[in-house]
Amino acid sequence: MDNLLLMLAPLFSSKLLLVLFFGTLFGLILGVLPGLGPTTGGALILPFTMTLDPLSAIVLLTSIYCAGTYGGAITAVLINTPGTPAAAATCLDGYPLAQKGEAGRALGMATVSSTVGGIFSVIILVFFAPILAQLAYEFGQPEYFALAIFGLTMLASIGEGSPIKNLIAGAFGILISTVGKDFMTSIDRFTFGINELTEGIGFIPVVVGLFAMSEMLTQSTLINQIFNRIALKAIKLPTKDDYKKTWKTILRSSGIGSFIGVLPAEGGTVASLIGYSEAKRFSKNPEEFGKGSIEGIAGAEAANNAATGGAMVPTLALGIPGSATTAVILTGLIIHGVRPGPDLFREQPDFLYGIFGAMLIANILFFIFGFFGAKIFARITLVPNKILWPMIFAVSVCGTYSLNQSIIDVWIMLFFGVLGFFMRRYGFSVVPVIIGLILGELVEGTLRQSLVIFDGNWLMFFTRPIALTFFILSLIALAFPLIRSRKLKRNND
Amino acid sequence: MSNVRKQKRANKGLPFFFKDEFKVSFVIIFVSAILLITTFTFDIVPPILNRGIQPATFPKALLVLIIVMTILIYYLATKNPWKVEKKLPRSFFLTLSSFVIFVVVSKTLDFFLAISALSIFVSYCWGEKRLFYLLLVGIIFPIIVFIFFETILGLRFPPGIITNIYYN
Repeated sequence: MDNLLLMLAPLFSSKLLLVLFFGTLFGLILGVLPGLGPTTGGALILPFTMTLDPLSAIVLLTSIYCAGTYGGAITAVLINTPGTPAAAATCLDGYPLAQKGEAGRALGMATVSSTVGGIFSVIILVFFAPILAQLAYEFGQPEYFALAIFGLTMLASIGEGSPIKNLIAGAFGILISTVGKDFMTSIDRFTFGINELTEGIGFIPVVVGLFAMSEMLTQSTLINQIFNRIALKAIKLPTKDDYKKTWKTILRSSGIGSFIGVLPAEGGTVASLIGYSEAKRFSKNPEEFGKGSIEGIAGAEAANNAATGGAMVPTLALGIPGSATTAVILTGLIIHGVRPGPDLFREQPDFLYGIFGAMLIANILFFIFGFFGAKIFARITLVPNKILWPMIFAVSVCGTYSLNQSIIDVWIMLFFGVLGFFMRRYGFSVVPVIIGLILGELVEGTLRQSLVIFDGNWLMFFTRPIALTFFILSLIALAFPLIRSRKLKRNND
Repeated sequence: MSNVRKQKRANKGLPFFFKDEFKVSFVIIFVSAILLITTFTFDIVPPILNRGIQPATFPKALLVLIIVMTILIYYLATKNPWKVEKKLPRSFFLTLSSFVIFVVVSKTLDFFLAISALSIFVSYCWGEKRLFYLLLVGIIFPIIVFIFFETILGLRFPPGIITNIYYN
C-alpha cells in the first residue's frame, strides 16, 4: 500500500507532472522523427538533466523512453518509415492499412496496444525488479563480474548484425572505459599527455556522438531520398470487433515484450519482431499479415512498448542495461550519483516507485496525446532535414559542452560521430559500445577485486555457484546466435 | 536478392586490399596494435603495492581479444564477402568537412560563430537556398540556444570574438 502511494507521488507534484508532460511530448516528437527516437533523444536531453534533481531527471528520461517507443509507430503507419527501429515490424501491416484509407484505425490500434503493453510491463517491473534486487544481495564481486560478462555476451545477439562485430564493438566500449587514471593505482592509461583525459572519457560525448552526430552524417547521405506521404485521415478508435479480434494478441505480445525486455541487451526491436511473428503464428487469418492486418499492428506495438518496462528491470535492480535507451537512462542515473542495484530498493524506495509511477503516467499521457495529437505530430516529419539537422547539431554541441564546460568534450563527440557513422556503414552496431562503456568499469573493477579475494587464483571463480551459472549462461548466449544463423542457413538451402 | 548476389560477385572480383572487409579489418588491427604497444609504456606498480593484476593487463587482454576477433571476421569475410557499399555522396564529405571547419573556427575565432557557420554551411549543402531559412538555422536558432543555455541554465561559453562582446 505504501509502495502504491509512492507510485502515485508524481501525480501530486506539479514539477514532476510538468516534467512528465514535457518528456512525453518530446518523446513523441522524437519517436515521430525518423533517425531520432528515444535513444538519441535521451542522449540529447542528458546534459540538460544536470539542472534537475535526480528524480525529475530520470522521470524525464523514462517518459521520453515510453513515449518515443510509441511515437515510432506514427510514421511507420503514415509514411512507411519507422520513427524508431522498434517500430519496423509495425510498417509491415500499418502502412498497407493506411494505404487502404484506414490510417486512423491503424494508429488507433497502435496507440491502444502500445498503452496496454506499456502498462503491463510497468506492473512486471513493480513486481519483478524488487525480487531480482533481493537476489542481488547474494552477489559478491565474483558474481557481479560473471553477471557483467553475461550482460556483455548478450551483445552477440543484439539486433541483426554479426555477433562477432557486436562483441568487437562491446570490447571497444570497455576499452574506452579504461582511459584515464586507473581507479586502483592512479596510473594514467591512454591519456597521451592530455590533462583532460585523466578523468576518463565522459558518457555524454560518446553517447551524443555515436547516436546523434553519426545519424547526422547518415542523413547527409540520404538527402535525395523522398518519402511517400499519404493523406492523413481523422484519428479514430478501432471498432469493438477489432478489440475482440486482438485482445489475446495484445496480452500475449505484452508478455513476450516484457520477458524479452528483461534480458540484458535485448530490446524493443527484437521484442516487436517476435511479438509480430507470434501474432501471425496464433492468428486465424495469417494470410492477412503483410497486407494490413490489425493483429499484426497490435502484436508488434504491444511487444515493443512492453519491452520498455522489462528493460528497466535489470537496469534498476542490477545496473545492467536491458536496451540501448536504458543504457542512456543508466548513464543518467550514474551522472546524478544514483547507483543502481539492490541497495537502491532498500535506501531510496520513494525514488524508485516515483520512477515506476512516472512510467505508468507516461503511458496514459501518450495514450491521450496519441489520440488527439498524432495527426499534428505526423506533420513534424514534413520539417526538411536541411533545417532540422543543423538545429540538432547546435543543441548537441551546446549540450555536450554544458556538462563540464570543456571544448575537448565537443571534439570527442564529433570524433565519435564520425566513428559511429563508419561503424554503422560497415555493420558494427554502436549500441554495444555504449553498453561496453557502461559495464567496463564494473567488469574491470569486479575482476580485479575478485582476484584480490581469490589471491590471484582464477579457478576460484568456478567454485561460486551463481558465478558459474552466469558463465554457463554466457556460453549459451554466445552459442545461440551461431546456432540460429546455421539453422537459418540450412533452412534457406 | 539478385542485386545482393551481383554486388557480392562484384566484391569478389576486386583485389583483396580494395575490399571493405580488408580495409576495415586492417584499420582495426593497426589501431589496436598501436594501442597495444602503448600499454607497454604504462607505469608498472611495484609488487608490494600491487593488488591483483597490473593496470596494463586488462587493456592488453581487451586489445588482444579485439585483434583476434577482427582476424576472425576477416577470415569469415573471405568465405562470405561483405556487400559492396555505395560510394559516399558529395554531401557527406561536405558535412564531414563542416565538422573540421567547426573545430577550427571554434578554436580560433568563436564557439557560436562556429555553430552558425556550420549550420549555414550544412543547410546550404543539403539544398537549402532560401535566405530566410538559412538565417533561421544559422543565426536565429543559435541565438535562441545561446540564450537558453546562458540565461536559463547559467552556462558560460568559451571566450571568442562574439561571446566577448556579449560578456563585456
